[in-house]
Amino acid sequence: MSALQPLFRHPNLLVGWILLILTGLSVGACSDQAWNSPYPPDQAGQNILYSSFAERPKHLDPAQSYSSNEVVFTGQIYEPPLQYHFLKRPYQLEPATVTTMPVPYYLDDQGQRLSDNASADEIAYSVYDIEIQPGIHYQPHPAFAKDEQGQFLYHALSEQDLESVKTLSDFRENGSRELVAEDYALQIKRLAHPRLHSPIFGLMSDYIVGLSDYAATLKQVFEHNSEGASAAASVDLRDYPLAGVEVLDRYRYRVRIRGKYPQFLYWLAMPFFAPVPWEADVFYSQPGMKERNISLDWYPLGTGPYMLTVNNPNRQMVMERNPNFHGERYPQAGESGDAGQGYLDDAGRQLPMIDKVIYSLEKEAIPTWNKFLQGYYDASGVSSDSFDQAIQVASGGDISLTPELKAKGIHLNTVVSTSISYIGFNMLDPVVGGDSEPARLLRRAISIAMDYEEYISVFANGRGIPAQSPLPPGIFGHVEGRQGINTFVYDWTPHGPQRKPIAEARRLLAQAGYPDGRDIKTGKPLVLYFDTSGVGPDDSARLDWIRKQFVKLDIQLQVRNTDYNRFQDKMLKGTAQIFQWGWNADYPDAENFLFLLYAKNAKVEHSGENAANYSNAEFDRLFEQMKNMENGAQRQQVIDRMVEILRHDAPWVFGFHPKQFVLFHDWYHNAKSNLMANNTLKYRRIEPALREQQREAWNHPVVWPLGLIILMLIAAVIPAVIAYRRHENQQALEH
Amino acid sequence: MFAYVIRRALYAIPILIGVNLITFALFFVVNTPDDMARMHLGMKRVTADAIEKWKAERGYDRPLLYNRQADGAERVTATIFFDKSVRLFAFEFGSSDAGRDIGQDISQRMWPSLAIALPTFLIGLLVYISFAMLLAFFRGTYLDISGVALCVILMSISGLFYIIAGQYVFSKLLHLVPVSGYEPGWLAWRFVLLPVAIGVFAGIGSSSRWYRTIFLEEINRDYVRTARAKGLPEGRLLFRHVLKNAMVPILTGVVVVLPTLFMGSLIMESFFAIPGLGSYTIEAIQKQDFAIVRAMVFLGSALYILGLLLTDLSYTLVDPRIRLS
Repeated sequence: MSALQPLFRHPNLLVGWILLILTGLSVGACSDQAWNSPYPPDQAGQNILYSSFAERPKHLDPAQSYSSNEVVFTGQIYEPPLQYHFLKRPYQLEPATVTTMPVPYYLDDQGQRLSDNASADEIAYSVYDIEIQPGIHYQPHPAFAKDEQGQFLYHALSEQDLESVKTLSDFRENGSRELVAEDYALQIKRLAHPRLHSPIFGLMSDYIVGLSDYAATLKQVFEHNSEGASAAASVDLRDYPLAGVEVLDRYRYRVRIRGKYPQFLYWLAMPFFAPVPWEADVFYSQPGMKERNISLDWYPLGTGPYMLTVNNPNRQMVMERNPNFHGERYPQAGESGDAGQGYLDDAGRQLPMIDKVIYSLEKEAIPTWNKFLQGYYDASGVSSDSFDQAIQVASGGDISLTPELKAKGIHLNTVVSTSISYIGFNMLDPVVGGDSEPARLLRRAISIAMDYEEYISVFANGRGIPAQSPLPPGIFGHVEGRQGINTFVYDWTPHGPQRKPIAEARRLLAQAGYPDGRDIKTGKPLVLYFDTSGVGPDDSARLDWIRKQFVKLDIQLQVRNTDYNRFQDKMLKGTAQIFQWGWNADYPDAENFLFLLYAKNAKVEHSGENAANYSNAEFDRLFEQMKNMENGAQRQQVIDRMVEILRHDAPWVFGFHPKQFVLFHDWYHNAKSNLMANNTLKYRRIEPALREQQREAWNHPVVWPLGLIILMLIAAVIPAVIAYRRHENQQALEH
Repeated sequence: MFAYVIRRALYAIPILIGVNLITFALFFVVNTPDDMARMHLGMKRVTADAIEKWKAERGYDRPLLYNRQADGAERVTATIFFDKSVRLFAFEFGSSDAGRDIGQDISQRMWPSLAIALPTFLIGLLVYISFAMLLAFFRGTYLDISGVALCVILMSISGLFYIIAGQYVFSKLLHLVPVSGYEPGWLAWRFVLLPVAIGVFAGIGSSSRWYRTIFLEEINRDYVRTARAKGLPEGRLLFRHVLKNAMVPILTGVVVVLPTLFMGSLIMESFFAIPGLGSYTIEAIQKQDFAIVRAMVFLGSALYILGLLLTDLSYTLVDPRIRLS
């Protein structure tokens, strides 16, 4: 108040200040850049894509990176040998850095070559000879920097050298070198690195010859290294050969797989199999680097179209065009309809088409959404908070954008994701599990009662389709239409599949020995247990809904809510009864879904992904047969039988396949969703000029309410000023 | 005074050990080392072997508090508690369970937090005290009653509402400031303006009422009546005498928060995408990163103790009657 006192004494001064502020605001309003732009003015009109991320990626090391929020970055930086065709569906692999698609040849257990159509039983090894393109170079990086004598500048750094180093950009010199086959071999060895904990090590050691022995060797090396962690980390993996991986020459390497494993090609399209140069291992493992948070996990190093130039996941991550990128062209062909939607307008153009991508941290959905509407993000998902503002659902279920968004030139892309959310029954449980007919009927009754059409409408804003089997659309083996419905749960009608009436479920329940939800033997009500880790308010509504589905059958459902750790424990020990779970495909193959019910993957016995602990001898036999088959009529037949077994046994209530909604502005092109490829950034294109124009039109500052607020404040203060002056001029006693 | 400071510093040691022990116990009641490993290794395709290796590398394969299999002092020292706690007392926070250096993370993230917290604190203090003084000056009048009513209304509204409404009005409707974001250095002002304004506005209700109460109590004292009888102008009386004499209760609430200002504000930083320390601890709890949780709780406790010490010291500056012994 002391600062305000002169203002009260001299009202002219107060008015002067207000006029000055208003003038300042008006002058600001005349400047080129919108006031609410979160970006510096020098970025205006540049070919920069703006996006956001909600959580810091945990790993950017290709041996560890697995989550979807990590491959957003690693997918653009690293180049595995193969990639998915951007436009074609069903998903199709194509060469990325290899000259041709690798075709395996087979060997028997004596090492004799077998014919290409040898049966899986005969095949002891599959051999993949992989040839990479010459002339591919790594991004500029200090790990490659050399002095005039050809010695590495930063491979033997002392603590003194590192004194002024805080981030990777503090190294002044950068270098590069050509990609060679040995870099791919090194990365496969890194999957067995005992300090990296690659999530696919367990799986790959079942297939890549010698990988588990290699891990044991490395473990021994590290244990015998008495010089501590950093010295151990600097072990040069090139000194330790891996039996299943052989470098044939500068551009060719060979991978030997146990048995027949056609899905290996899909793995070759993931960053796990991207090249890592030995220089990176040497550079990052030097003493003092870890203390400065300088590691491959933080500063990736690849040959891809982009390189990570800023990694501050508390604020921003920036990827810029890799000046050494070997070049690639936009596909010339796609699936039918792509041309009509403009997806082939850029056919043949040089990739990547965007210079820089800035990802900003946005933890909350509301600010992210507002910035998208203001044009400060180029594309967005649709959160439940903003669903009604963005999407309108017609009475027939047709989905479209609201007029407000249409007027802004925003477009909507929808695609059914290659994932499934399901309710599982623990098959080890004495009530709902097992192979007995009553248990099976009970599970089928519950499957009918769980009205997933309602669930999708209430909890997913209609963003999903009820699942008829574990296989989502887009995966070979999924059958559309009448032939594809789960006849144990649905009837076919002229309008499509119709869930069977609840009376049918009650009939099955009675047959199972629980008429009207009571145990026929004891007369006691049937009480089942739903184990979950959902504790938020949204979860509470969801759990209420699930409880109501069981009430339809007069079954009492007790929800056993716990934290995620306890829930995981229950699943591992097999003490859960009914649970909700999900799976997102690693690759577009039926094997990647049906393995979730293969007995050798049972959670309790093998710590695998078969959370229901389902076991069926015929299903397992067919799975072993199916996983080695090429896609075709014969494989479809086997998959159909497997799916039918699952529908009959009902170890899952096949829940739903979520649908992804993506919104993007008029200036954003080639937005086709590709759920398998993680390197799609290079295909995107934006029109910066149009974006600038729209941003300006949408974000013109409105200053007059500020003036109004100030006037209101003055109006409120004036009586106080008058009262103050009157009080100060008042005489103590009036005569 | 020096001896007093040393004594208080020594008192802090058992408090910090206690805080550390409680944090440790609470954390490991909820999370086991296996859970932590699972959380860090991811949800898909995690093997039991990988979990064991992860624990062994980080020392989480040891007993929690007492190692029965060890001999002598190692029964206590070869435990997770000892291993993870001792270095904290030298303010060596080490690496997070994800492998990042915690000290460096803190030093990077504290500045954006300060950029919001410090102006909010200083401007807020000026506004709250001025407003409270105004209400005290007009005590009993319609201005005072309306002011108090306004304060009650303002303090009844959730802080989250101010944030969402502020972003909606000033960023979305009026397009005056960015919705969220941050730039380091002086460019930060555009991003700091709205959160600071909201922070100050959100605190008007409760703080002004608190200060008004303090001033009203002071204003009824004999020395004020005497000064008024001597003809001292009311403004001068309030700012020169009442404010000075009301400093002890004001300092009690103010100085203690000074050292903790850089710890940031979770909600404010989340909504405005400020890369500060506000969410560091919460994220660590969610990710079950015990190394960060213990470091931040320890640091918070140490700073709070420092704040209390500074508060006591500041009393001697404003009230010569107070002696520390």
